[in-house]
Amino acid sequence: MNESMNLIIAGRTKRRRRFILVTILLAIIAFALCCSMLMLGNTIYPVSDVINVLLGEKVRGASFAVGTIRFPRMVAGVFAGFAFGISGHVFQTMLRNPLANPNVIGITAGSSAAAVFCIIVLHASNAFVSLASIIGGLATVLVIFLLSKGTSFSIGRLILIGIGIQAMLDAVVSYLLLIGQHHDVPTAMRWLSGSLNGSKMENLYPLMITVLILTPVIISFGRRLDMLELGEQMATSLGINTNKTRLMLIISSVLIIALATATTGPIAFVAFLAGPIAKRLVGVGFSTLIPAGLVGIILVLASDLIGQFAFVARYPVGVITGILGAPYLILLLIRMNRKAEL
Amino acid sequence: MDHTTVSENKQLIIPKKFIQVFVLTIVLLIISVLASLAFGSRTVGWNELMDGLFHPDVQSHGANVVRQRIARTIFCLMCGGALGVSGALMQSVTRNPIADPSILGVNTGAALFVVSGITFFHISTAGQYIWFALVGAIITAIFVFGIGSMGSGGATPLKLVLAGAATSAALSSLVMAIMIPRSNVMDQFRFWQVGSVGAGNWSSISIFIPFLVVGLVIALFSAPALNALALGDEAAKGLGVRTGTLRLVAAFGGVLLCGATTALAGPIGFIGLLATHLVRLVIGPDLRYIIPMSALAGAVILTISDVCGRMLGSPGELEVGVVTAFIGAPILILITMKAKMRTL
Repeated sequence: MNESMNLIIAGRTKRRRRFILVTILLAIIAFALCCSMLMLGNTIYPVSDVINVLLGEKVRGASFAVGTIRFPRMVAGVFAGFAFGISGHVFQTMLRNPLANPNVIGITAGSSAAAVFCIIVLHASNAFVSLASIIGGLATVLVIFLLSKGTSFSIGRLILIGIGIQAMLDAVVSYLLLIGQHHDVPTAMRWLSGSLNGSKMENLYPLMITVLILTPVIISFGRRLDMLELGEQMATSLGINTNKTRLMLIISSVLIIALATATTGPIAFVAFLAGPIAKRLVGVGFSTLIPAGLVGIILVLASDLIGQFAFVARYPVGVITGILGAPYLILLLIRMNRKAEL
Repeated sequence: MDHTTVSENKQLIIPKKFIQVFVLTIVLLIISVLASLAFGSRTVGWNELMDGLFHPDVQSHGANVVRQRIARTIFCLMCGGALGVSGALMQSVTRNPIADPSILGVNTGAALFVVSGITFFHISTAGQYIWFALVGAIITAIFVFGIGSMGSGGATPLKLVLAGAATSAALSSLVMAIMIPRSNVMDQFRFWQVGSVGAGNWSSISIFIPFLVVGLVIALFSAPALNALALGDEAAKGLGVRTGTLRLVAAFGGVLLCGATTALAGPIGFIGLLATHLVRLVIGPDLRYIIPMSALAGAVILTISDVCGRMLGSPGELEVGVVTAFIGAPILILITMKAKMRTL
């Protein structure tokens, strides 16, 4: 009896150690990528120059390149990556299906359609665009959930309806891009697949503030999220108000993801990839929310570096994450079909 | 003597309802064609419309506008018909209510090959687009069906849609990757990608005709056997249908029709879904009637969508691909909401 107890405790300690180790490692990798985002470019600046610029000193050349271009780009990547990673993971856990991420069920499409509409048709200010994309995202979620309610909630129906809604919103986006005044290719790219190009500090504040406020909310509900994963009935019998938990989590993750979409465009597949990768690294037993956010950061920054420097042409980050993510999605589908999980 | 009674019996088998619906659809078709000729950024009156159609010697501005619109209208009818039949074929081959080229990612497959063709082989005419699009469409269709039908239960709608969405996402990333460094390709492609019949002219019609004819012939000849397939594979085999060959041929016909349309007009979604479901709702499940009626219904729906797009987007136009997405996606949602989960 005692021995088995000890075994359980030992196992838990081992898992905890692994959790902490993995999280720290992920944070270190993310930090290293941040540094290389700041240092690398047409001109490579040494660490000392970068630090000086960040401390506010004037360094010839570096002040502009690092301070005005690379730093906002890095910040945009960090916050958007974290936002996509953590909220994607929330959706996957909550709906108990790795396929149920904000891209597949059409939420990012709602946000980008609203944002593109405000920019191209209304010529709206940044604050208004952020607001509109939040409303667009929330409205899309609401419509999808209401339509998929039916007699009993089913994830399959939710996904199918999400894809239908997405088809309509995508049509809106491509039409708006077509009537947009001077066929601005970089803007179009941002709204089609996500890009960090042209990030400016003043556009990033809404996203930064929301992420900083809502991450603690999501994490505090995270424990209950793990129980939701056990299934509706199990969670209820463990004393969880499933509807309230679900509502809070949905609203916070949609807010985060809508702002991230309004800032960088829908960076493909980050929300979808981060959760499963983090889960595999961390193992079971601990909340994978923070690691998922970190994996999101790593995916976005690494893909952006690859997109900028690995090829002759410069690719926006969304194209790289798309090419990396899509094969994984197909593999996942094949595996799920084989196991008859669909 | 016997012979005539048999043929008379056959005549009687055609249900009255079919004839009524057929006549109604033809009337709608004529109305939509006239609307397509008359409406646009410049609306043409009845007299000018008649002048343009039947009096080639009259040279008024309105009559010339009508003559300009004739090719577009014919092209639109052909695209709609092809997409309608393609939807009917795909749905019965997969025995799946939501099989439509746009949902299954076949359009994106065609797009990838067209873009590769523009970039690496410097193709520039519709006659060259069509072959690339066809190859892309066929490969993608095989791939998506392959993934979607793995595991128990065969190709359920959910599995197929997810396989299609995943494949679409993968392929469109590749399309982007090819396009981004080349802004000229991007410009050429951006207009193609929305899906529009505005580019329809006599040369695209003449390219289209052989594909349309082959596809329609395949569809009409495989209809009786597809009826048997609707009873299930076992029953169909019992009735002497070679199910494997049938599926292959019918799917080829479906992909041929939608691939050719996609090559010439760009990806136009949901027509196959919409037309076939409407027709099935009205005249029942017999594919011998569904296939020709889907062609007519598809043509009517696409033409009306195109007219709506021109009216709404005036003085420019709202591309028809956008309009059909808005009419068609709600149908997908309705089907999903009605379906019992077991069948998804």
